[in-house]
Amino acid sequence: MIPAAFDYLRPATLDEAIALLELHGADAKVLAGGHSLVPVMKLRLAQPKTVIDISSVADLSYVREQGDKIAIGAMTTHYDIEASPLLRDTCPLLTELAPQIGDAQVRNRGTIGGSLVHADPAADWPAAILALDADLEIAGSNGRRAVKATEFFVGMMETVVQSSEILCEIRVPTTARSVAYVKFAQRASGFAIAGVAVVVDGANKTVSVGVTGVAARPYRALAVESVLRGKVLNRDAIDQAAGIAAEGVEPLDDIHASAAFRAHLVQVNTRRALEVAVSRG
Amino acid sequence: MSAAKGYFGKPMKRVEDPRLIKGIATYVDDITLPGMLHAAVLRSPYAHARINNIKADAAKASPGVVGVFTGADVNDKCGLVPCASPMPDSKIPKHTVLASDRVYFVGHPVAVVVAVDRYAARDALDFVEVDYDPLPVVSDPEKALEKDSPLTHPEFRTNVAFTWSVANGGLDAAFKRAHRVIKQRMIHQRLTPMAIEPRGCVASWHAGEGTLTLYTSTQIPHLVRTLLPGMISVPENRIRIVAPEVGGAFGSKLNLYAEEALCSHLAQRLGAPVKWIESRRENAAATIHGRDQIGEYEVAVKKDGTLLAIKSKTLADIGAYCQLNTPAIPTLTGLMLTGCYKCKAMRMDVVGVYTHKMATDAYRGAGRPEATYVIERLMDIIADELKLDPVKVRLKNFPKPTEFPFDTLTGLTYDSGNYQGALKKAQQISNWNKLTKQRDAARKSGKLFGIGLSTYVEICALGPSKMMSAGGWEWGCVRIEMSGKVTVITGATPHGQGQETSFAQIAADKLGVPIEDIVVMRGDTAVAHYGRDTYGSRATVIGGAAILMCIDKIIAKARKLAAHLLDTKEKSVEFRDGKFSAKGKPKKALTWKQLAPEAYVAKNIPQNWEPGLEASSFFEPPNCTYPFGTHIVAVEVDRDTGEVKIVKYVTVDDCGHQVNPLLVEGQLQGGIAHSIGQALFERTVYDENGQLLTGEFMDYAMPRAKDIPEYLMDSTVTPSPSNPMGIKGVGEAGTIGATPAIANAVMDALSPLGIRHLDLPLTPEKIWRAIAPVKVK
Amino acid sequence: MKTVVNIRVNGVEQKHEVEPRTLLVHFLRDCCRLTGTHVGCETSICGACTVLFEGKAVKSCTLLAVQADGSEVTTIEGLAGDGRLHPVQEGFWERHGLQCGYCTPGMIMMAVQLLERNPKPTREEISHAIEGNLCRCTGYSHIIDAIEYAARKIAEVKK
Repeated sequence: MIPAAFDYLRPATLDEAIALLELHGADAKVLAGGHSLVPVMKLRLAQPKTVIDISSVADLSYVREQGDKIAIGAMTTHYDIEASPLLRDTCPLLTELAPQIGDAQVRNRGTIGGSLVHADPAADWPAAILALDADLEIAGSNGRRAVKATEFFVGMMETVVQSSEILCEIRVPTTARSVAYVKFAQRASGFAIAGVAVVVDGANKTVSVGVTGVAARPYRALAVESVLRGKVLNRDAIDQAAGIAAEGVEPLDDIHASAAFRAHLVQVNTRRALEVAVSRG
Repeated sequence: MSAAKGYFGKPMKRVEDPRLIKGIATYVDDITLPGMLHAAVLRSPYAHARINNIKADAAKASPGVVGVFTGADVNDKCGLVPCASPMPDSKIPKHTVLASDRVYFVGHPVAVVVAVDRYAARDALDFVEVDYDPLPVVSDPEKALEKDSPLTHPEFRTNVAFTWSVANGGLDAAFKRAHRVIKQRMIHQRLTPMAIEPRGCVASWHAGEGTLTLYTSTQIPHLVRTLLPGMISVPENRIRIVAPEVGGAFGSKLNLYAEEALCSHLAQRLGAPVKWIESRRENAAATIHGRDQIGEYEVAVKKDGTLLAIKSKTLADIGAYCQLNTPAIPTLTGLMLTGCYKCKAMRMDVVGVYTHKMATDAYRGAGRPEATYVIERLMDIIADELKLDPVKVRLKNFPKPTEFPFDTLTGLTYDSGNYQGALKKAQQISNWNKLTKQRDAARKSGKLFGIGLSTYVEICALGPSKMMSAGGWEWGCVRIEMSGKVTVITGATPHGQGQETSFAQIAADKLGVPIEDIVVMRGDTAVAHYGRDTYGSRATVIGGAAILMCIDKIIAKARKLAAHLLDTKEKSVEFRDGKFSAKGKPKKALTWKQLAPEAYVAKNIPQNWEPGLEASSFFEPPNCTYPFGTHIVAVEVDRDTGEVKIVKYVTVDDCGHQVNPLLVEGQLQGGIAHSIGQALFERTVYDENGQLLTGEFMDYAMPRAKDIPEYLMDSTVTPSPSNPMGIKGVGEAGTIGATPAIANAVMDALSPLGIRHLDLPLTPEKIWRAIAPVKVK
Repeated sequence: MKTVVNIRVNGVEQKHEVEPRTLLVHFLRDCCRLTGTHVGCETSICGACTVLFEGKAVKSCTLLAVQADGSEVTTIEGLAGDGRLHPVQEGFWERHGLQCGYCTPGMIMMAVQLLERNPKPTREEISHAIEGNLCRCTGYSHIIDAIEYAARKIAEVKK
């Protein structure tokens, strides 16, 4: 498996990268860690004429406090998130999820930004990004814009990031320890068949639930959230709420899991994630 | 030979490892020859289609391309891909190296591009234009037998490729006499071997000498050398086949494939070496698959659990054509169907069915895992139906140790066995009573906990020539070099099993030399002149015996030389610990290092004594070997997700004496891993259009480290009488023994829910559907 | 269009003119003639192509050589120093952690990184760490034994 030929550019600044994207338009692809793009290029499902490698762009890989949020550079690798003491203390959902992505080698190289923009419906990050109600900052020739996680994913392999834009930062709130990510993995690829991320806000008596792998687009299980709003999270409440985790969703159906099984698993994992999160609260 | 002294029986680390752990071993893709070109194969995206036209002009004009060839260009120069084991009534399609007017499975080679490097070759594939007319597809073997089914090969007017039967005893009488007749249908899913190294070859033609050298990732260089002349009209004595390091095979490289002949032809045609390395997708689509049988099984039993008879009607989905051993695989199932049990009558009728899929052939166990799975599942089902203890049902039907050699209904003679001994030992190690109590407690607390066992016997060290299509012997050669160093050459072609070590152990003991003085060579027909290679767990048993025969000959010959040099009579020469001495005069002894120069300088040798210390031998085994054992497995099933966790794994295996217990353990553990895959998640999936849906590692699940339980492994030793070392093969025993044990454990876990049988693989979804309180559509 | 890529491989500067699409694994195997790094699945599942890139284990079949321009790469060939085996290599030999040997270089490179990050891993942690490395021969148990052996050996040397 060998990619088709392309021209390779490695800009040094974000502005330069965006200018190059404007110049090459839809024929160009942004290369971050390469763990989403290179495989599809090897399969020749993507054959960009130009590849713009943003790995030399300064200051896209970081985890830092920014006001009451934590800002994560888009080029931060899964491993750097997994190993971040700051995130372990302030946003443990991310450090719990990160080691469940792919495998150690993939985590060393793959980036959170690359994964999010690739928008594989079975990728792990979207579940957490949605549950945390993260802000995603996108840079373009007209400056920067921030979108909410719920607005970010448009469809299968599709986000609001335009062909001449670059996702540059993900901002997440700090949370208590009452979070959890529970995943049922596709055995061969390790991708999620049903990944459920949960944030329980004990103070405000709310929960938020992000789901990946189940549908063409990751989603917030709003029905679950609304049923549990203001409730005591006991076993009955959790069971009942988890039962509607697939409501209004058209689950994917493939050789790895039928739609019915996905719909079932999202309920199981919603229940389990809620139980774990509550037990940590 | 006793297991206690010398090298034999010691768990020694392997002599082949240093080059492998340093990354300086040579696999086929590591070979670069001067002027070497690279081939890439264009394959059919359709399971069945007519080829109207192929346009290669644009591909030929692509940068770096040397040539593009289609079936019309090469098929009259390369003969048909051979099948070595046709049945009397077989219908064998003409399987050309490239498709001619029709493709009949996804991955069928259609054209080949040769270019200066692999990137250029790959690029040019996109420019070959093939005009296909899709034709009707059948991918389900049962549908393939229906009246109006599409035909895999329309010229045969049927999808039946062959039929085969084995029967013995009074079947009708036995079924009439039975207290109970138990029926069960079982599906043995198709599996993909998925060696981590895909196939590949480098062909090199020496025009001056008229010789072909083919480096190929194969288990069977010698069989390839025998068969290749039938395809490319270069005589056998002008062909050298080299199997360098081979990165896993498991039966999938026990074949002569189209690409090997194709590259051999292209190297001749283009006057340059040609390399072809399979991509993973090609490997999944166009390297043989395994298993894929559907059987209806019936057993007749007495109410005390005594097995009276077993019969089966089996469909073997053989795919689109016959590879080398395709028809033979289900026959091995038939021969072993009665397992390690006495039985009054048996019958198995096999129908081989063509479908538009890749051919099936030998994959680890090759037909025997199906047999063991069937009989061991049936033993549990019998116990369940008759409310008997599955252990007692097995014990009731075992032959006694004194009944060996044991003649089976299928015409085999099990060489030696003590099935009770292995079962008892495994029960002890598993702490059986405690384990059953653990199950009771788990069930009480609402858990799905199950214990399964399998008591297996398998046929291996294949085998006497009378039962093999091209000889079942093995060849070896031993040479005491002039320096006294020892060269051992084996015609078996180990590729990871460790015979460079175990053969050195055998030879070092027999010759009485340090193991460091021995080198074992293999895999190159220019070095190992003859051989029958590695498959069917045969290399150590048959190849090892051939080495011993050589050494016996050399010692006999050296004895004459020693007598001459010691100035004594031949019969008074003693050979002990690597030294020859005259009886009563041990101090004046001659070592190999002293004898060898005399043997080659040949100035002071006995009259009529042929110089040199070298011997070669063919060992013809009188019988196969029949290793056996017991696997005990405990599992817990997640009620919510259907996931299975193996919580205990005990094996007691008996492969007779063990040359190197460390290697035996490695073979068993590796074999069990294949079973964990087969039992719980591995499966090759084609859709109804014949599209392969498990064509990459992204979709074909294989065991990872986290899927492996902690093993409690032990053995019993019942020597084989069929070879001088009393050993039995062990390469496939793990795979044969483990699958039914795991399956039985899962079914035991689900039995409180009234579930009797589910087919493999026992995926979470399959289990969930079976146990879900509300039935799922 | 070809471009010059300069990678320090096992401490030696390797400068070769390649196409931008050249995969790192092909740069190592074809340009540097370091064939110990293998290609198994091509979809970054099997890990046979694992090398250390700036000290981190990566799958070299999913990296372009141009992405590694100007950096350090260690392959299996660079692991044994002064002719002495690395403790992980030694562990694989001592504990029969390999059969056909094809997955072994990648498996060893992954284990090297694991022990750098976690010098005393449990068997479960080892299994998790080698999740991205498939072995079809050994059934993994001996590989885990081998890595445990190496961990003990490294600890002894440090004492």
